Amino acid sequence: MRAAELTTAFVLFGLAGLVVADALRLGIGWSTDGPASGFFPFWLGVAAMAACVAIAAQALRRGDHGTFLTRAQAAPVLKVLVPAAGLVVATQVIGLYVASAVYIGLYMRWIGRHAWWLVLVLGAGMPLVTFLIFERWFLVPLPKGPLEAWLGY
Amino acid sequence: MNVLVALVSILFLVTPAAAAWEPTKPIEFVVPAGTGGGADQMARLIHGIAEKHKLSPRPIVVVNKSGGAGAEGFLHVKGKKGDAHTIIITLSNLFTTPLHTGVPFNWKDLTPVARLALDQFILWVNAETPYKTAKEYAAAVKEKSGQFKMGGTGSAQEDQIITIQLEQALGVKFTYVPFKGGGEVCVNLVGKHVDSTVNNPIECASHWKAGRVRPLAVFDTGRIPEPDWKDIPTVKDALGADISYNMLRGIFGPPDMPKEAVEWYVAFLKKVYDTPEFKEYLSKGALKPAFATGAEYVKWVEGAEQLHKDLMTKGGLLKK
Amino acid sequence: MGFENLFLGFQVALSPFNIFIAVVGIALGTIIGVLPGLGGANGVAILLPLTFTMPPTSAIILLTSIYWGALFGGAITSVLFNIPGEPWSVATTFDGYPMAKQGQGGQALTAAFTSSFVGAWFSIVLITFFAPVLAEIALKFGPPEFFAIQLLTFSSFVGLGGGNPLKSLVSILFGFMLASVGLDIVTGQLRLTFGFVDLMKGFNFIVAVIGLFGVGEILLSVEEGLRFQGARAGMNTRVVLDTWKILPRYYRTFVRGSFIGFWMGFKPGGATPASFMSYAFAKRFSRHPERFGKGEIEGIVAPETAAHSAGVAAMLPMITLGIPGSPTAAVMLGGLIIWGLQPGPMLFKEQPEFVWGLIASMYTGNVIGVLMVLACVPFFAAILRIPFAILTPVIVVVCAIGAYAVNNAMIDVWYMLIFGVVGYVFKKLDYPLAPLVLALVLGDLAENALRQSLIMSQGSLGIFFTRPIAAVITALAIFFFVLPLVTPWWRTRRGAAATAATPRGH
Repeated sequence: MRAAELTTAFVLFGLAGLVVADALRLGIGWSTDGPASGFFPFWLGVAAMAACVAIAAQALRRGDHGTFLTRAQAAPVLKVLVPAAGLVVATQVIGLYVASAVYIGLYMRWIGRHAWWLVLVLGAGMPLVTFLIFERWFLVPLPKGPLEAWLGY
Repeated sequence: MNVLVALVSILFLVTPAAAAWEPTKPIEFVVPAGTGGGADQMARLIHGIAEKHKLSPRPIVVVNKSGGAGAEGFLHVKGKKGDAHTIIITLSNLFTTPLHTGVPFNWKDLTPVARLALDQFILWVNAETPYKTAKEYAAAVKEKSGQFKMGGTGSAQEDQIITIQLEQALGVKFTYVPFKGGGEVCVNLVGKHVDSTVNNPIECASHWKAGRVRPLAVFDTGRIPEPDWKDIPTVKDALGADISYNMLRGIFGPPDMPKEAVEWYVAFLKKVYDTPEFKEYLSKGALKPAFATGAEYVKWVEGAEQLHKDLMTKGGLLKK
Repeated sequence: MGFENLFLGFQVALSPFNIFIAVVGIALGTIIGVLPGLGGANGVAILLPLTFTMPPTSAIILLTSIYWGALFGGAITSVLFNIPGEPWSVATTFDGYPMAKQGQGGQALTAAFTSSFVGAWFSIVLITFFAPVLAEIALKFGPPEFFAIQLLTFSSFVGLGGGNPLKSLVSILFGFMLASVGLDIVTGQLRLTFGFVDLMKGFNFIVAVIGLFGVGEILLSVEEGLRFQGARAGMNTRVVLDTWKILPRYYRTFVRGSFIGFWMGFKPGGATPASFMSYAFAKRFSRHPERFGKGEIEGIVAPETAAHSAGVAAMLPMITLGIPGSPTAAVMLGGLIIWGLQPGPMLFKEQPEFVWGLIASMYTGNVIGVLMVLACVPFFAAILRIPFAILTPVIVVVCAIGAYAVNNAMIDVWYMLIFGVVGYVFKKLDYPLAPLVLALVLGDLAENALRQSLIMSQGSLGIFFTRPIAAVITALAIFFFVLPLVTPWWRTRRGAAATAATPRGH
């Protein structure tokens, strides 16, 4: 738990540092027009850096209690997170419709062991419904890939 | 042999017809501003007219990309080189955004399609103030220079440019208060949170009719010919200051848009422009009808770009 | 203002065609509300061109019905999956989702819909009888007053949660920092973009919320195994009537939420802060504040009443002043112009049939809406019984679509994934998420209002104390900031007094 606490505090400290750096570029003064562009980000960043240091100190003082994530917990979490990340990567390459069909299909089969007919029906059906709702009725274009281009979309 | 001739002639007859380009996919219509503003309204109006009169074989999809004062939308279209199914509607941020923020983008990156209209600007004050003419108001501002608050849309955009022009012409100073949208600006004038504004006519029209605000002068070379508006003097007549500013409402395509596609969009926009609905919209909003394409359009945009460069240099609004 | 006008309005709103239009609009709106990322503003904008061939009154009834539908629908995914379909439903997740996990999804949804309806009618009645007066009050709110309201929202909410104050602080600070990414409207400079085009549009609130709440919660809940909690809830068709029996006891929360919602709603961006503020007040005034966040039905009543009340109030400045009280209203205003009407103060005089038809349709639209969604409660609640391996990928896909649809940007889908991991880690390490989200939604608005005020006053903070309305609200805000510091001392004193005297029966 302590390692997780320290890592998080460290990452947040770094992000706040970035904010402070850009705020300095923008100017952190207070003129007759009120504060400059960087005024609020600067002080927010400084305060956040201080708070992160304090959190890290607290974590060190309190000692190590419990584990952030046990092996038994990690397995199911990764079983959700990794396929979801895969969906995002695939969407970038082959478009949302094909990616979601593959993702839903594989997930149902791999995790749920559902019957093949159900896998096929839902895997193909969900993107089709999505297509009708977004592309057709609401005219919201979603990311598309080579298949859709070939079909003329 | 006869059959062959027939085939060839059919081929030749068919080919020219097939060459005339038509959209084969839904058209993405980018608005580099938020929902509800002037550019967005016009884009959605064009969409609606196209739909009602069946002017396009494929649907038009309006997409708002307002990030970074419109930079997001312009860069999006700039990245779609050669694409024939994307167009963008522009406002003055076509010039002001790259000049002020330094975003790597210029209108020359895009393919000009058509200019539809030009929007006017008017100097407004609250109707409860004693200033009946621009002259009286200018005198009051001069007396207490720096005390008067001018409301406008955004920062380093058209409203602030006009304010600076006015300051320089009159030798006075306003405190410029930026707001997010034109409607909000006018309401802040009605609520007396600012002393004057340089709103577009349509943004203040209804408050004017309700007797809450008063137009003092038009920032143009001539009066607005619409019956409701023709009594408002130009800034030149009212103050002797030669300030004129018009905002572009025009359409561009991505870089290297195919020539046939540009032709189709020009014809399409002309059809939209000629509908009674579009005419009525222009007249209600006191927009100047200004359809132009090709070289005429490019020449106008070049002139406008130079104007913005000059004005923003003079006003100290260029990226430091 | 005569009743004959309202009567005329009802004649318009109750014509069979307009009722049909309302039913269609509410059904569509509910779908839009359920899908995160597709907000009321998108829905209205998308369907606007369809209204060109209709008479203006029917057109506005269609568009407002979509809006009501979206207001109702936003609660559904909040309660069932911890994914707020709309920004103003975030506070609904705090107690709605725990209830669903305990198998009480049906009760939670009934409470949410009923509260929405009550809040809506409250605002409509106020608009019907006091619209012109209220419009004058709205005009008095300039940037300083607006900032004071944001301050009050924030102060009423912070200091509520227990936990590690340092972590709450970090959460708030990062919310504000995320809000400041992108274009600074006051100076026109790009902030914290580090030259990346994708950062220019900043971090969208709804993308962050889909990730932090939705994806983060899925990750957290599967630690105990790949299944849904709350799945064991049976289907109960009487759930609506059963829940109605207990709702009247929260009449104070209803009234308070309606007032807060209405009061906040007639300024732009009001519904979301209103829902947070109402939740905060409900918890403060409750005799069981410790139950909040664990599935307290009052924690649903409060934000939903306020959100829908604010949603209706957002129509007031649109009708009376021609300024949008919300992004959705902004699109509707555009519609008015396209239909050939001139929005603004003259609308009441020039187009009484339109205005009163619209007002009457608010009454009818919300009745139709609440009946439609309540009828579906048992079905919505049964969604959780769908097997895990089917529902999870579908939710993830819907989240991805939602994140994409906000700005039509692929980068937002990546943000959603990243925020999902951040939400999971933060939850595990007890960094509270609600303050981050509130700071993200208020940050932008509050900073603009503050700096506009300071330009107006030429750099002096005195402007928040010299203008009467701003002064009262600012004072109230400061009171709530100080309150958490004073309460422990006060509690011990009162505790001592209470043991001496007989406890009040109350």
